[in-house]
Amino acid sequence: MIQIAGLHKSFGAKPVLAGVDLAVGQGESLCVIGQSGTGKSVLLKCILGLTAPDAGQILWQGKPLDAATRPAFLARFGMLFQGAALFDSLTVWQNVAFRLRQRMPDRQARAIAIEKLARVGLGPETADLMPAELSGGMAKRAGLARAIADDPAVIFFDEPTTGLDPIRARRINGLIRGIVTETGATAITITHDMASVRTIGDRVALLQDGRIAWDGPVSRMDHAAPLAGFLGNTLPL
Amino acid sequence: MKPVRLTGRAALSLTRGIGAVTLFVARGLFRLRPFYARAFGAQLVQIGWLSLPVVGLTALFTGAALALQIHSGGARFQASDVVPAIVAIGMVRELGPVLGGLMVAARVASSIAAEIGTMKVTEQIDALVTLSTDPMRWLVTPRLWAAMLTVPLLVGVGDIIGIAGGWLVGTQSLGFNSVAYLANSAAYLERWDVVSGLLKGAVFGLIVAVCGCWFGLRSDRGAAGVGRATKSAVVAAAVGILAANFVLTGLFFE
Repeated sequence: MIQIAGLHKSFGAKPVLAGVDLAVGQGESLCVIGQSGTGKSVLLKCILGLTAPDAGQILWQGKPLDAATRPAFLARFGMLFQGAALFDSLTVWQNVAFRLRQRMPDRQARAIAIEKLARVGLGPETADLMPAELSGGMAKRAGLARAIADDPAVIFFDEPTTGLDPIRARRINGLIRGIVTETGATAITITHDMASVRTIGDRVALLQDGRIAWDGPVSRMDHAAPLAGFLGNTLPL
Repeated sequence: MKPVRLTGRAALSLTRGIGAVTLFVARGLFRLRPFYARAFGAQLVQIGWLSLPVVGLTALFTGAALALQIHSGGARFQASDVVPAIVAIGMVRELGPVLGGLMVAARVASSIAAEIGTMKVTEQIDALVTLSTDPMRWLVTPRLWAAMLTVPLLVGVGDIIGIAGGWLVGTQSLGFNSVAYLANSAAYLERWDVVSGLLKGAVFGLIVAVCGCWFGLRSDRGAAGVGRATKSAVVAAAVGILAANFVLTGLFFE
């Protein structure tokens, strides 16, 4: 579904991505792990078109992602940001229904938003709150509801458990796994949290020195030599 | 060779900057589809309606002070009678647009830069992109058009309030007859005086919104970055308004 081939990106003289090759199949849940500064976020920004790669290709359903094909890709795409990234000036339901409101009446969009909020464990009373009134865990859930509001084919999760206590982190991991299984969406998760990898992922890829150093099923990661140093609960920062 | 190289670099950098801002303004003004009517409506309220008290109060006190100044200054050469005409012309041509523009710059450029800067550092701008929304069309275009349309209206209202401030002082403290004051104000005022002030307002509104959006979108990370963006937006907008006022006054009245 998504193929990344020979992706290079440098900032000044410093190479961040030095030939990343990666493929994610339809309905697969891939976790990309790596220490801070290994280029996980840059990889994500290249896929989204927020940063232009120096070389390499990103293919979506066999076609290169470029200015012409990216809108169709983004239309089938949902993302949960590390800090939720809810729009401060909009209420929770307006955030969740942001894309829906551009093509349907508010009443209909609100009903779908409330349904998606319920799916992530937030009651209808949260719909009219402003993002500033939510706790970190609630904001993350609202961000998750926004990510799935338009039934995307691909969902990105950027450090979904960062900033959450272990109990809330476990709940978010469980929610994500449930949603990915239920919707059949392709999921790409960028994380430091090995508990997230074990709960969410079907496959795990280790990004190291700008390349994929190991790529395999989660069930085999305990025996993978390159991951030996990372198999605690959380990756070293 | 060093001074030549430095001058060349400065000239190139200036040219690049002017080009980038020009393209930014063109994209902000003319990429209208899809047009986000809700965002535009919210900005009309934020920039126009909510700036009315500060612009109104500024105009009221400016008109009142202007009347006192002209009366005492005019007395030196027996010209105290010109207070109504000078207050009206001064407010409509110069003080209404400039002071109104500066007050809007202080209130609006700072708030736009802080809001967009915060959105940038908290990944809300990236979130817009992932939701298939062009940040230029959703954030910049509504603000540019709202400022360009509402600041002239604010200037118009400010002109009336400023003249009323002069009238209040003139009739209550300087001994002018109420009807004669208003008749004198209207008699010396020409249509072009009013139109030129409103045109200045439109340009100043555009400058304010462009500075707020430009510096907000280029905000560095963290609270300090947003703070710097906000400060730069207000300073650039204020200097831009004063410079544009000089150029426009030359164009309109020379």
